[in-house]
Amino acid sequence: MTDLSKIRNFSIIAHIDHGKSTLADRLIQHCGGLTEREMSEQVLDNMDIEKERGITIKAQTVRLAYTARDGETYELNLMDTPGHVDFAYEVSRSLAACEGALLVVDAAQGVEAQTLANVYQSIEHDHEIVPVINKIDLPAAEPEQVRMEIEEIIGLDASEAVLTSAKSGIGIEEVLEAVVAKIPPPKGDRDAPLKAMLVDSWYDPYLGVVILVRVIDGVLRKGLSVKFMQGGTQHLVDRVGCFTPKRTDLADIGPGEIGFITAQIKEVEQARVGDTITTVKNGATQALAGYKEVQPVVFCGLFPTDAADFEKLRESIGKLRLNDASFSFEMESSAALGFGFRCGFLGLLHLEIIQERLSREYDLDLITTAPSVVYRISLGHTKNEDAKVIELHNPADYPDPSRIVEIEEPWIKATIYTPDEYLGSILKLCQDRRGIQTDLTYVGGRAQVTYELPLNEVVFDFYDRLKSISRGYASFDYEQIGLRPGDLVKMNIMVNNEPVDALSLIVHRNVAEDRGRGMCERLKDLIPRHLFKIPIQAAIGGKIIARETIAALRKDVTAKCYGGDITRKKKLLEKQKKGKARMREYGNVSIPQEAFIAALRMGEE
Amino acid sequence: MARALYIHWPFCLKKCPYCDFNSHVRDGIDHGLWERSLLADMQHEHALADSGPLTSIFFGGGTPSLMPPALVGSLLKEAERLWGFDAAIEITLEANPSSVEAGKFAALSAAGVNRVSLGLQSLDDEALGFLGRLHSVDESLAALDVAQSCFQRVSCDLIYARPGQSADQWEAELERAIGFGTSHLSLYQLTIEPGTRFATDVRRGVFEPLADDPAADLFALTQDITAAAGLPACEVSNHAAPGEESRHNLTYWRYEDYIGIGPGAHGRRGGFATQRHKKPENWLHAIAEQGNGLSEERPLNASEAASEALMMGLRLREGVDLDALSRRFGLSVDTMIDRERTEFYRSLGFLWSADERLGVARQGMGVLDALLGEVVSGELVAS
Repeated sequence: MTDLSKIRNFSIIAHIDHGKSTLADRLIQHCGGLTEREMSEQVLDNMDIEKERGITIKAQTVRLAYTARDGETYELNLMDTPGHVDFAYEVSRSLAACEGALLVVDAAQGVEAQTLANVYQSIEHDHEIVPVINKIDLPAAEPEQVRMEIEEIIGLDASEAVLTSAKSGIGIEEVLEAVVAKIPPPKGDRDAPLKAMLVDSWYDPYLGVVILVRVIDGVLRKGLSVKFMQGGTQHLVDRVGCFTPKRTDLADIGPGEIGFITAQIKEVEQARVGDTITTVKNGATQALAGYKEVQPVVFCGLFPTDAADFEKLRESIGKLRLNDASFSFEMESSAALGFGFRCGFLGLLHLEIIQERLSREYDLDLITTAPSVVYRISLGHTKNEDAKVIELHNPADYPDPSRIVEIEEPWIKATIYTPDEYLGSILKLCQDRRGIQTDLTYVGGRAQVTYELPLNEVVFDFYDRLKSISRGYASFDYEQIGLRPGDLVKMNIMVNNEPVDALSLIVHRNVAEDRGRGMCERLKDLIPRHLFKIPIQAAIGGKIIARETIAALRKDVTAKCYGGDITRKKKLLEKQKKGKARMREYGNVSIPQEAFIAALRMGEE
Repeated sequence: MARALYIHWPFCLKKCPYCDFNSHVRDGIDHGLWERSLLADMQHEHALADSGPLTSIFFGGGTPSLMPPALVGSLLKEAERLWGFDAAIEITLEANPSSVEAGKFAALSAAGVNRVSLGLQSLDDEALGFLGRLHSVDESLAALDVAQSCFQRVSCDLIYARPGQSADQWEAELERAIGFGTSHLSLYQLTIEPGTRFATDVRRGVFEPLADDPAADLFALTQDITAAAGLPACEVSNHAAPGEESRHNLTYWRYEDYIGIGPGAHGRRGGFATQRHKKPENWLHAIAEQGNGLSEERPLNASEAASEALMMGLRLREGVDLDALSRRFGLSVDTMIDRERTEFYRSLGFLWSADERLGVARQGMGVLDALLGEVVSGELVAS
């Protein structure tokens, strides 16, 4: 157990690619946490996807022993937080476990929207923030300009910002000194009843669920009977330790310290982020503030391409869920796509990560339906039923419109940060997506614009569009700001006069016609010609709002086919059949799988 | 049982830019060696399929009209010695309508050839140039005259749906061809095949193939004109006066056995698919090494054979007898075809059925490949 005055708990705030992981690696190396040979690249991001995308999904923490210039040895707990808004709640719990943060800004790129959002969060937690300007040895580095940005945009004193190049190992010791000197030690009372915050949890095949904790008061020891105050369960602590970054068992974790415990827990769902851990006997009476149950905000259907893979999908989703309680699923069946699952996610990145893990780690070929958000619908009473409020996760479950009193949809506040040459197109994009501008400021050649936007307008290809119209320079961040009523309707897409459930969506009445026309046009290109004409229609209720027709196929015949051509011809037929197997039958129309998502991509309007 | 014999002669004076057949340009062909080798290949097949008198022989290529008539005669003589000839045997040879080749027609006829398939390809000199043909229209018409005087039956090949070809142009050309009075016409839509010079040309933008819709119009026009002239389609691209169909080709489409010898020739013999080495030199080498030109001999399972039978049989106006196929391959009709889809496309007028016969209606012939993908059951193709 380390004396409180010798502990420093901090996180690193940085935009993707600004060098967070490299800096973390250098700090670990400097403190002798790992030898050169043991350092695999970017130790902290240990999932493949995290490494590839340069993002952190699960919180990780490393305990370092640093002997400072004052001759004292300090225990530094470096918390690597998830870097994306989808995991905003997890981030907030990680931040709550720290007293300070390093703000890493790329000397060539400057401040980005995502950085801002994280800094604000950090400030809300009363953190001491130490600015670090990284990559100072790049030819394009402008540390003075970045220093100014930090002061002007964020409003932090950057006069003592540490200049580093994590890659070249410049300024690492200065960073560690700044951590010791500037970040305050934690407070806590070792004699008070145990109060530890559950920062994160994950499933380890050998240890079961591993729980990352920050002890506030009291001491956590092996053999202790503890209870989770929110979850209401009791467990026996069977292991206490920390990561250096190697897993190291400890005798105990005292106040102000961060470490892990295991307690023979089999599902992460039982170890909810933000919960308070206390002792069964003489425990704390009041749980820590800030606990929230996570609610998925984005939903989509996941279906196996090959219907025979359904069981495999069920199993794989179950396994993923073991390690990620924030994602939910229930069985769904679609006339077009067969059996699959309706899954809920924290956001779009979370959706993409799960989808990618399913296809990569579990080798599944999936069809993903259009993402949708959760609508709250107030229904009037009928002869047999009282008025009630329902939550709609799937457009296919849209209730009888005559019963609908009001529909509410989730809105977000989006902060976009962009070089000003792209501002015009970005404003148009936001405007087209029913955005309400609330703020616009300029700093140097950059603009920061704030919009309120309905989440259902963002959930699909907003981010892709933003990146493409700004050539990748605009950055985007959002937070949810609650539900607002909207004039929303269900739009059906009919292919050959049959509604295709997997293509139906909920849209605002004002944009329905545009959206419907766009979808019909795209489907016209996505669905191959058939032997007969195929009408494609968009409809709201019984009213057709857009229509396209796919002309009938007129020529498809092998002109010459004699004895020598049979084998070749048969291969063609096999190929044709294989192609059909990758399509979904609707009535007599075969719709290629990619059409289900591509039809919704709004493209270069 | 195999009563049809195909003989491949792989050489041409020049490769046509649209042709993806097994044809090669070579100097100094050793005709003696080729004669001995083809005879050996034939004897090998006879040993495995002595199935009674042949009903048809077809010399294809390449350009078989470049073969010395004596070589043709020697091959026919051996075939007759081995299997015997049916009294009504049809012996067809593909010929180029050049003056040189026309000079051989009498000798070929004397050797036993009784039907020629003459590659006119077009009645327009410019189009012949585009198609890379070495003969002019005048020259080919003169050759046609000779052919009609030498052989009992003559068929002409034409290629249409050429880039920029209008309906009026094609109608005039086709009417003129019908006027020559042959009892059989093979009318092929120009197809850009992978691995041909035309495929490269199209890729490079040298020319643009006729679009599908106008090509489909020309196909429909072709059906009308030939039917009115008494030469209705008996198959996708083949038109004949009743009884004047090529018996040899009917063997393929009815999926009866046939023997194939010479480079690249395919055969269906007693449940086996046979294939010969394609490159002339490799084929010769195989003959020298193993006494036959076979590169592959593979048993076909019932599903494969049934899918081939449907694929070929539905090219014919007469269609297929599903009951007969079911008995022949020991598979239920429902295993072979997708009933539901078949009924759907029948209701749309693409197919016809009468008792257990199923056929492709006129409206469906131009989109036969797509139809086959619907009608032939997935089970059959997958297995």
